[in-house]
Amino acid sequence: MSDETLFAQVLDPKNRADPYPLYARMRETPVSRQADGSYLVSTHAALSSLIFDPRLSSEDLPPSRRPATGNPLKDWILNPIRNRVVNAHRPLIFRDPPDHDTLRGFVMKEFTIARVRDAHAKVATLVDALIDKCRGRDTVCLVDDLSYPLPVAVICELLGVPEADERQFHAWATRLATALEPDARHDEAGRREIAATFDAISDYMRRLIREKRRHPADDMLSGLAARGGRGRPVMGDIDLISTAILLLVAGHETTVNLITNGMLTLLRHPDELEKLKADPERAPRVIEEILRYEPPVHFRTRKALGAIAVAGATIPAGSPVVLMLAAGNRDPARFTQPDRFDPERNDNQHFGFGGGLHYCVGAPLARIEAEIALVTLCRRLVAPRLLDDPPPYRPGASLRGPKNLGIAIAGIA
Amino acid sequence: MTEVQRPGIVVVGASLAGLRGAEALRDRGYDGPLTLVGDEPHRPYDRPPLSKHVLAGELPADATALPQLTRLRAQWRLGRPAAALDRERRVLHLADGATLPYEKLLIATGARARTWPGDGADLAGIFTIRTRDDARDLRAALAKTPGRVLVIGAGLIGCEAASCCRDLGLAVTLVDPNPTPLARLLGTAIGATLAERMRGAGVDFRPKTMVRALSGEAGQVRRAHFAGGEVLETDLVIVALGATRDTGWLAAAGLAADAGGLTCDGACRAISIAGEPDSDIYAAGDVARWPNPLYGDRPMTVEHWGNAVDQARHAAANMMAAPSAQQPYRHLPAFWSSQFGLNIKLAGHTAGADALALVQGSRASHRFLAVYGKAGRSIAAVSFDEARWLPAYAEAVAAGARFPPFPDAIDQPRVERLEPGFPAARPPAHRAAPALEASHV
Repeated sequence: MSDETLFAQVLDPKNRADPYPLYARMRETPVSRQADGSYLVSTHAALSSLIFDPRLSSEDLPPSRRPATGNPLKDWILNPIRNRVVNAHRPLIFRDPPDHDTLRGFVMKEFTIARVRDAHAKVATLVDALIDKCRGRDTVCLVDDLSYPLPVAVICELLGVPEADERQFHAWATRLATALEPDARHDEAGRREIAATFDAISDYMRRLIREKRRHPADDMLSGLAARGGRGRPVMGDIDLISTAILLLVAGHETTVNLITNGMLTLLRHPDELEKLKADPERAPRVIEEILRYEPPVHFRTRKALGAIAVAGATIPAGSPVVLMLAAGNRDPARFTQPDRFDPERNDNQHFGFGGGLHYCVGAPLARIEAEIALVTLCRRLVAPRLLDDPPPYRPGASLRGPKNLGIAIAGIA
Repeated sequence: MTEVQRPGIVVVGASLAGLRGAEALRDRGYDGPLTLVGDEPHRPYDRPPLSKHVLAGELPADATALPQLTRLRAQWRLGRPAAALDRERRVLHLADGATLPYEKLLIATGARARTWPGDGADLAGIFTIRTRDDARDLRAALAKTPGRVLVIGAGLIGCEAASCCRDLGLAVTLVDPNPTPLARLLGTAIGATLAERMRGAGVDFRPKTMVRALSGEAGQVRRAHFAGGEVLETDLVIVALGATRDTGWLAAAGLAADAGGLTCDGACRAISIAGEPDSDIYAAGDVARWPNPLYGDRPMTVEHWGNAVDQARHAAANMMAAPSAQQPYRHLPAFWSSQFGLNIKLAGHTAGADALALVQGSRASHRFLAVYGKAGRSIAAVSFDEARWLPAYAEAVAAGARFPPFPDAIDQPRVERLEPGFPAARPPAHRAAPALEASHV
């Protein structure tokens, strides 16, 4: 009999710093039923099979107990995972094919190699500028000083948000991101604030889109807002706004964790930090191993549309399914010595960017941001030392990462 | 002095199946003498790129060598085909007169391209695509910008060749006796989508058309004469009429071998004409016809890349195992093809399908996944640019799931039921010997 409270324990903040022993217990039953009727999937093999199973829906998620506000987009922000809202108002991570494919196609078309390459230069400049600001201090607060501001600036640049609005955008992003934690709990005042933020950013986006249609520039929003055949817009305004907000929030909350978890891991493995400092060419291997070892997203929720037989169990139709991606990343049946941080490992097929049709659209950009950030931090922070281990964590169990990471330094190189 | 001590294991056929089989023997601890016999002068090479990247000029024909995954410590007898097998004396005769004694034999001689059986076969400008040298010669001819290419036969190779020719900007006519391309493999319902696609790419596809003869001037092919009387001007003809199994050298061996393959038991052991398995002779790859438990022990040959690898490894394992420990070979046939910008994949065996359901995507978008049914069971699944779901469907097919396998899946409000439309009888088109296509016996 498997433990029906394992998922509740994962959500419990006291297990935030080290959920991995719980994941090991989970994998003893690759597909295990929880007390609330949901199913946890935790082995690499079962996850690999399910992410390509057409019976798992991202759309038809279990209903929320919270009252709807009447505005579907607002509902999505307030009840990100659980709310059932009208199809046409949902961002593509909560859509199934064929709509998902159509929307994703538009985004992919705008996520060009040239844009990602341009972002590279921008990231390098930004990282140096952010680190320069820490001069004269003996402590770096990594999240506030670098991990957080970097991705917002990059996504603003990519979308084409005018520089003058970046500060405002940053504030909105922060508030929306808190709302997006899958297990976030908000009091009435908090929810009102988030709703107001949402209205503000939606209005802003609507105006910006109109502006981009009038004066297109070389940015993603201009591309997405462009008119296609017969003069009709490629995407409707509501899809455009939800996509833009998704790119902002998803692209940014996850990258924060990737950079912070990465630096935390390197500080815990000083030999690896030194190796990366001596040989920046190692960065791609280091990043892939961080994505496996301390991934930015630990689980995603789906719903089984039909009964699915997997790993010796049957998930009944209609059940919520929790894909425990981070547990699959530590599966000893797939990775030798999975609890060892080892950038040398080969065949590192992790779920750090998810998998299947919802595989992270921004993966190439995230890799660049993390690579430049970590390499530059290793090069420029003199004698870095972790102040708190474990550091304090943000509430999220899925989008999991330190609230802040205090690093004592002897200077900036 | 090569014939020392014991004769050891001889692998006949030095292509994908022969190589992977030999490697598997070493991986499983076989330490004795190992000899590989091949009729081509080349070390093992990969065939899938020949009808794709090599024709397109993206890859030289001689850059297709297969990587060796294990140190083989083998004797290579290349450029010398096997000529005869004497099971009584346990000796293999090679075409150059040499003899090779063996303790055990792994037969992986594969198949050879069926050549043009009609008039005009000796003209220059007529090509097949099977070997590395075929592809090299055809590539050289295509690079000279022929006026119009005629491809005879719209099977996998014919379609891929037509696709490459269009990519090269060449005028292409593709003829086939069936109403659509890939009709025998995928049925006409799916084939119709491909026909639409290739016409959109500028191929002059002529269905229900047979070529009666080829004729030329000064030894060079110039015209194709269709059965309907029409004459097509062409100066390059690609004959893509499938393959015959390379079993001629086994004629006097007393084994159940014919142009359709060498018959084996479930453990991949060759069957004698008396119906007994020879416990020292195994077969794998294109040449092996074995009862596949996944399809009710129906004897089948599977001419696809994945089978060559899997069956060779399986046969090698059985060669190394005690008779009581030998395992039957179960295999879900599968292939992939790239043509006209599409990624086409099939998992399963479509023969005998009586139903077809489009379960993901749509034909209009040329992006879909369809499942074939037979007597209420799912027997195969095909994807056009929609390979992501294929593993789930392949698993259902292997498990003998009902048809269609998942009534509850995303993107299914538009499930479309179709007649698969497999041609009833094999038309007597451009063929001399009984025709046998990939995966069909």
